[in-house]
Amino acid sequence: MQREPDLGIVSSATVTAPGGRPVLGRSPAARLPDQILRWGLTVLAGAILVLIAFFFVRLYVEAKPAFDKFGVIGFTFDNNWDVSRSIFGALPLLVGTLVTSAVALIIGVPVAIAAALFVTELSPRKARGPLTIMVDLLAAVPSVVYGLWGVFVLIPKLKPAEQWVSDTLHFIPFIGGAAVAGPNYFIGGLILAIMIVPIVSAITREVMATVPSDHKEAALALGATRWEMIRTAILPYSRAGITGAAMLGLGRAIGETIAVTLVVGNAPQIGKHLFDQGYTLAAVIANEFGEAANNPIHRAALIAAGLVLFVLTLVVNAAARWFVNRSQRA
Amino acid sequence: MTLAISNRRKRKDLIMRALLGLGTLVALVPLVLVLWYVAKRGLSAWSWHFFSTDPTGSFLGDPGGVKSAILGTIMMVALATVIAVPLGVGVALYLTEYGKDSKFAKTVRYFIDVMTGVPSIVFGLFVFIVLILSGVGGGYAGWKGSIALALLMLPIVTRSAEVVLLLVPSTLRESALALGAPRWRVIARVVLPTALPGLVTGSLLAVARAAGETAPLLFTAAIVNGSTLDLGTRMNSLPVQIFNDVGQAQDRLVARAWGAALTLVVLVLLLTLIARFMSRRSRFG
Repeated sequence: MQREPDLGIVSSATVTAPGGRPVLGRSPAARLPDQILRWGLTVLAGAILVLIAFFFVRLYVEAKPAFDKFGVIGFTFDNNWDVSRSIFGALPLLVGTLVTSAVALIIGVPVAIAAALFVTELSPRKARGPLTIMVDLLAAVPSVVYGLWGVFVLIPKLKPAEQWVSDTLHFIPFIGGAAVAGPNYFIGGLILAIMIVPIVSAITREVMATVPSDHKEAALALGATRWEMIRTAILPYSRAGITGAAMLGLGRAIGETIAVTLVVGNAPQIGKHLFDQGYTLAAVIANEFGEAANNPIHRAALIAAGLVLFVLTLVVNAAARWFVNRSQRA
Repeated sequence: MTLAISNRRKRKDLIMRALLGLGTLVALVPLVLVLWYVAKRGLSAWSWHFFSTDPTGSFLGDPGGVKSAILGTIMMVALATVIAVPLGVGVALYLTEYGKDSKFAKTVRYFIDVMTGVPSIVFGLFVFIVLILSGVGGGYAGWKGSIALALLMLPIVTRSAEVVLLLVPSTLRESALALGAPRWRVIARVVLPTALPGLVTGSLLAVARAAGETAPLLFTAAIVNGSTLDLGTRMNSLPVQIFNDVGQAQDRLVARAWGAALTLVVLVLLLTLIARFMSRRSRFG
């Protein structure tokens, strides 16, 4: 009889072992660990989604007394946070969060982009690694250490400079013309700027790495200077990604707690100018939660502040990821 | 023939290069300043007494050291690591080995990214609500702090693990499968060992991050003076100790805060640098 080496015929589907299962297949018992692993891991991944949903629901349930009493809009946008009279309107906190984050973005983002461009395009190859590590190390310093440094070094050393700026620019509303408080919005924003530089810079570097070298070489071959190459090839290509990186920085700045708590002044009112004391959503939780744990309405108000913070960061981060993903896929 | 570049363009190029270099310098100045001040003021607070005694809590006289804070940080971060690393790597394995580009996997990936951006204080609130308000196992406790830290670490571990698992060459997986190995064996014997150095790096970075976090611990593990190895009771930690000492605004407590800050920074930077060093040595492909 002639043997035909036809592998197509000797497939596991056609040749069966005595039990009726394919001869090359595994016994059900041998397949079990595979099934367990597969479904176990899938359930684990699904649990993340359940966790986040649960997260949201529990925060909402605990915050509800505050929303019921003051209304969602009233709680979020009323300018009155008075613990002693149990009146909670979070507008001063929201404003503080937005002002400090805006200062952080205005200072931090250009610096972060400059650092990313310098490291990827201009620095000598040998300096690239150490520079990258040093910028990333900024992210490794714990938040509370930045706060400590801010309170005892930054605030006293910068106060004369802040007063000078305030006096010099006295004609600009909101910035100049008033007495500078020790802890204030600007210091909070400055500390935040330092803290967002590493993440904005890292994402920007990643995005810039996706710019095709064809584009860069083409620009250089056409006689562009280095800067013209950056401006015409790199920046337009990575604009969406840089936007995303800046928004991730914004998300980080909004949620950052401890450093800001220590340097923003913790006065529950809307500061009259940039160098005035204020408060932020995250800081109020860190500061007041200890005393509020046994006062239901105060506790609910702080959890509601946490929920507002959570939703704010969720929206900002979701948008940021959308920008970054779009730019990396392009 | 020379390609002439006008002086105006040359000057602009030079100015912009200088500005970019200056920006980089500005980014690094705070790092140097923070490390300098923490080292200078922290070293003067360091002594044997500083490391070997607990905070006394007395309003006058000897404030004591930070022994309980160091112990507490190590205990809580260790437990958080034991929780977060297996779960995080598990989710990453699902994403790279099974989920891949399915809709479900994409959703999970997206929400893990979103979870990275959740403020750490919100994790603290969540754990307070679920584990302390409900009275599970008493009030404030070290293990509850660990869970808050683990929630924070989970997305960091998952994202970094996914990146290294994707770097494992698919030819390795395919050869093992072609030799007849079942999937779980391929994962346990080929994929995980190959990716191990990278997984360790990601985990160490997450540990470094968790060790420096204050906000999730404030109202989960709270603060206490005495040393304890019992994760079922209140636990002190370095970040919370620093936060508390700064809030008291007394010179001797502030001195202790600088000492504790130096301890924390040394711990965190060591972990980070070890992690970076390992990742540099283990890049394959």
